[in-house]
Amino acid sequence: MPKDTGIGASPKRREDVRFLTGKGRYTDDINLAGQAHVVFLRSDVAHGRITSIDTGAAEAMEGVIRVFTGEDFAEVGGIPCGWQITSIDGSVMQEPKHPVLAHGKVRHVGDPIAAVVAETRDQAKDACEAIEVEIESLPAVIDMKAAVKPGAPKVHDELAGNLCYDWGLVQENKEAVDRAISAAAHVTTLELVNNRLIANPMEPRVAVGDYTSHDDHSTLYTTSQNPHVIRLLMGAFVLGIPEHKLRVVAPDVGGGFGTKIFHYAEEAFCTFAAKALERPVKWTSSRSEAFMSDAHGRDHVTKIELALDAEHNFTALRTETYANMGAYLSTFAPSVPTWLHGTLMAGNYKTPLIYVNVKAVFTNTVPVDAYRGAGRPEATFQLERVVDKAARELGVDPVELRRKNFITEFPYATPVAVEYDTGDYHATMDKLLELIDRDGFPARRAGSEARGKLRGLGINSYIEACGIAPSHLVGQLGARAGLYESATVRVNATGGLVVMTGSHSHGQGHETSFPQVVADMIGIPEDQVEIVHGDTDKVPMGMGTYGSRSLAVGGSAIYRATEKVIAKAKKIAAHIMEASDEDIELKDGKFTVAGTDKSVAWGDVTLAAYVPHNYPLEDIEPGLEETAFYDPNNFTYPSGAYACEVEVDPETGKVEVLAFAAADDFGNVVNPMIVEGQVHGGLAQGIGQALLESCAYDADGQLLSASYMDYAMPRAHDFPMFAVDSSCRTPCTHNPLGVKGCGEAGAIGSPPSVVNAVIDALASGGHDVGHIDMPLTPARVWHAMHGGTPNQRAAQPAAHSEETTHDRSVAGAATNV
Amino acid sequence: MYDFELVKPASLQEAIEAMQAEDAQALGGGQTLLPTMKARLAMADTLVALSAIEEIKGICTDDDGRLCIGGGTTHAMVQRDCAESFPALASLAGRIGDPAVRNRGTIGGSLANNDPSACYPAAALACNATIVTQNREIAADDYFLGMFTTALEEREIVTEVRFPVPEAAHYEKFIQPASRFPLVAVFVAKYSDAVRVAVTGASSDGVFRWNEAEAALSGNFSEDAVKGLSAPDADGMISDLHGDGAYRAHLVKVMCARAVKACA
Repeated sequence: MPKDTGIGASPKRREDVRFLTGKGRYTDDINLAGQAHVVFLRSDVAHGRITSIDTGAAEAMEGVIRVFTGEDFAEVGGIPCGWQITSIDGSVMQEPKHPVLAHGKVRHVGDPIAAVVAETRDQAKDACEAIEVEIESLPAVIDMKAAVKPGAPKVHDELAGNLCYDWGLVQENKEAVDRAISAAAHVTTLELVNNRLIANPMEPRVAVGDYTSHDDHSTLYTTSQNPHVIRLLMGAFVLGIPEHKLRVVAPDVGGGFGTKIFHYAEEAFCTFAAKALERPVKWTSSRSEAFMSDAHGRDHVTKIELALDAEHNFTALRTETYANMGAYLSTFAPSVPTWLHGTLMAGNYKTPLIYVNVKAVFTNTVPVDAYRGAGRPEATFQLERVVDKAARELGVDPVELRRKNFITEFPYATPVAVEYDTGDYHATMDKLLELIDRDGFPARRAGSEARGKLRGLGINSYIEACGIAPSHLVGQLGARAGLYESATVRVNATGGLVVMTGSHSHGQGHETSFPQVVADMIGIPEDQVEIVHGDTDKVPMGMGTYGSRSLAVGGSAIYRATEKVIAKAKKIAAHIMEASDEDIELKDGKFTVAGTDKSVAWGDVTLAAYVPHNYPLEDIEPGLEETAFYDPNNFTYPSGAYACEVEVDPETGKVEVLAFAAADDFGNVVNPMIVEGQVHGGLAQGIGQALLESCAYDADGQLLSASYMDYAMPRAHDFPMFAVDSSCRTPCTHNPLGVKGCGEAGAIGSPPSVVNAVIDALASGGHDVGHIDMPLTPARVWHAMHGGTPNQRAAQPAAHSEETTHDRSVAGAATNV
Repeated sequence: MYDFELVKPASLQEAIEAMQAEDAQALGGGQTLLPTMKARLAMADTLVALSAIEEIKGICTDDDGRLCIGGGTTHAMVQRDCAESFPALASLAGRIGDPAVRNRGTIGGSLANNDPSACYPAAALACNATIVTQNREIAADDYFLGMFTTALEEREIVTEVRFPVPEAAHYEKFIQPASRFPLVAVFVAKYSDAVRVAVTGASSDGVFRWNEAEAALSGNFSEDAVKGLSAPDADGMISDLHGDGAYRAHLVKVMCARAVKACA
């Protein structure tokens, strides 16, 4: 029986009323009195030395207040990086300076060179065009493998080279892994690219800086997933503003997907300029700017080798990845290919020996950082592709090969440094096969063949790590921050609650699901609970929203704070009813004394807290407000199985997704409707990565996919209706709600099933294609069918060779088709 | 967007006069020009909006049986009003862009712009339509001169397009997944005396006629006649992120065969 209230119910999202009626208040809706506008002059070359900047003509133009260049930021810190990785040899990563405005050199197309602040945006744009910049072009560093060769041009002259770090996990296991692979009965090798993506949230980034001189107070309104993190990074590391003098507000935010986690130069600029000019300064990104200034995602080039024994047990796994950092280190960039990627390489399998090597490389491209899934999609993709390829090489059923190697006993300590608390991979696989009707596939394939089409079914498992934390662990791993979450639950005199949470909501539906938790605990209607977030002056502290952590970490903080509130309320109730604290029970919004018919309503107790006429003042203070900081003791590990069924048009190579099924284990579920919506969104982005989306640069570092004319965003009609199920539930063992997180799963689990399905379809038509790099555009599929794809030869015995066929992850014009 | 003067004449004569201004630019539905101006990639001192000129809107049939479409007629109007008189053209119009584009964009604007991946040029060339301006009539065979280049002179406005309606016709489009413009599209038009095949999206010279297919189909109007041909030469085909020249050349043949099949 579905519940209609509390945990497990699916009330409609209360925030959607304002979003769907145009009443959302986004950063661009904020216009302050006396506001000036900034427009950035951005580099149109990928790499060059700035020999001169003449702003004279621009400064003389109508409406121009001031033109800033890199020189103006000489006394200011650079944009900081929040994670430090240590290389195999013990050295710390190379960490270049990241100036607010380019100084000396430009390092990617879109790098800001100068900023014009003017009365209007058009005046600022006009003046930007009047700035005379001379740039001596330098060779662009685009190809990652060429970038780390001796003598390669350097993105940062002051660094030893373009290698940011060379990381191994677990280094002590490397020799054992090498030996196991040499001794294996079978080794399947795959070289692949995880294509670079651009997040493209519907709302472009915006920043409004404000300053009041009488109290020396700065305010930044910004499109951020984590305003407190921005306050800390920008205040402490860039501008030197203490937290009590700096307020950061992230109001309604129109989608983040990771790219709004990071601290960006434009935020620091607006805050800095507002103080320098004593006027509010606003920047609104154009869509074209977003393509070349929002941090990109993915962009790995990987070689993976899977060793199996004669019984098809996985015996060892070895991967080598080149991870593109872009021109500078974005906030969490170094952690993505390492701790969010290497630690997931065990997947759902009990492979005893695993070695992961990651080389992070600077190139003359936009910085790359977390994008929905962040490292885990890259891990899942390569693992689930190589397992599928192994099944094909060995002539065994890909599902049975997976089942044979599934982890079945928990907790399970992987050979890559994490411990899975719970899971049931057979259960989600069983559910998946039912959802996709695998038994009916041969008949469906025959139907497609009769119509001249090739039909394929791709299946894969996935596991991911969510609820990024705990602080003591991430500290050891190089995080320069803690990863707890905070919540304050304020109960008003008349019984309503306001929950102040550090988890930011930008599409996740927190305003609906968080009240479900609190209301359920107290037994009152959800409309008695209001959520406040996104303002450092209103919320005590917050690490923000990413890594599917809001409910698992932020929700647990709310749970803990609510527990404290209830404990205090029980004391008040006990006093009113002249009973002992331990005998008080709270149910359906009513306090009762066990074994009696005495009761007092929630609202009477809350009123007593604020009108303490009959109150145990000698024991407890008046008021009813509690704060909790929750720092979990492990990640959570959502898992599941996904299936994609496609039809390929052999004449054109066009892939049509006919069916997609997802069986997820998210542990306990608070709002099944919101969870289903999150999975739908993740699937759209994952299938989009597999079939449509590709950020492409040419060899000179020009961004080719710089608008929607060339960057293919998925649309509703690109997909069938998804079959989504989250009924397989092994609750998380270490957070109070037993929840795991669902925001990224769809994007993590889906790309391999799409590619597996296309490879399966082509095989049914006699096309022995080992792999096709994403996105599987019609042209790439057609060329692969005709032997034209350049990455087809990496089968055995290439496992024992050093040769790689891919140098670049970033496709250029008409290359790699 | 740079500043400009906007003139909105109510008659063709007023528009012709307004176009005499220095650096004047005609504005049809604005579905290409306005985004280009917003990106500051184009500028004009004066924009002469044609959208209020009723005399260049609408669809009728002339004494020769030709379908005459005013240059200011939107794609949505063609989609709706040509569904019976020229279904292949109505279908083409109904698949351009999205509803917003179809309710603003015009046939005259599309033909004047001659984007190498636009849809209308394929129909106009396959039908050897007559492009009419305030000054003259131009046969489609003489009109398309290469990517974004036409026989139009400065200040010339497309007032009407006259299509001889084929016995059978079909427009087969393979979309580029980002822009949803044709990656390659083929318009096949069968007349009593000839078959004409026009290709858009493929060539860096813009829309072109595939002569080998026309010859083969004129003798044997069948899918097999196309399948027996070699794909056109990949040299000169557009090569970009979405497909190289060889792929586009291959698609020309596939789309042509499908268009012929759909005509049956």
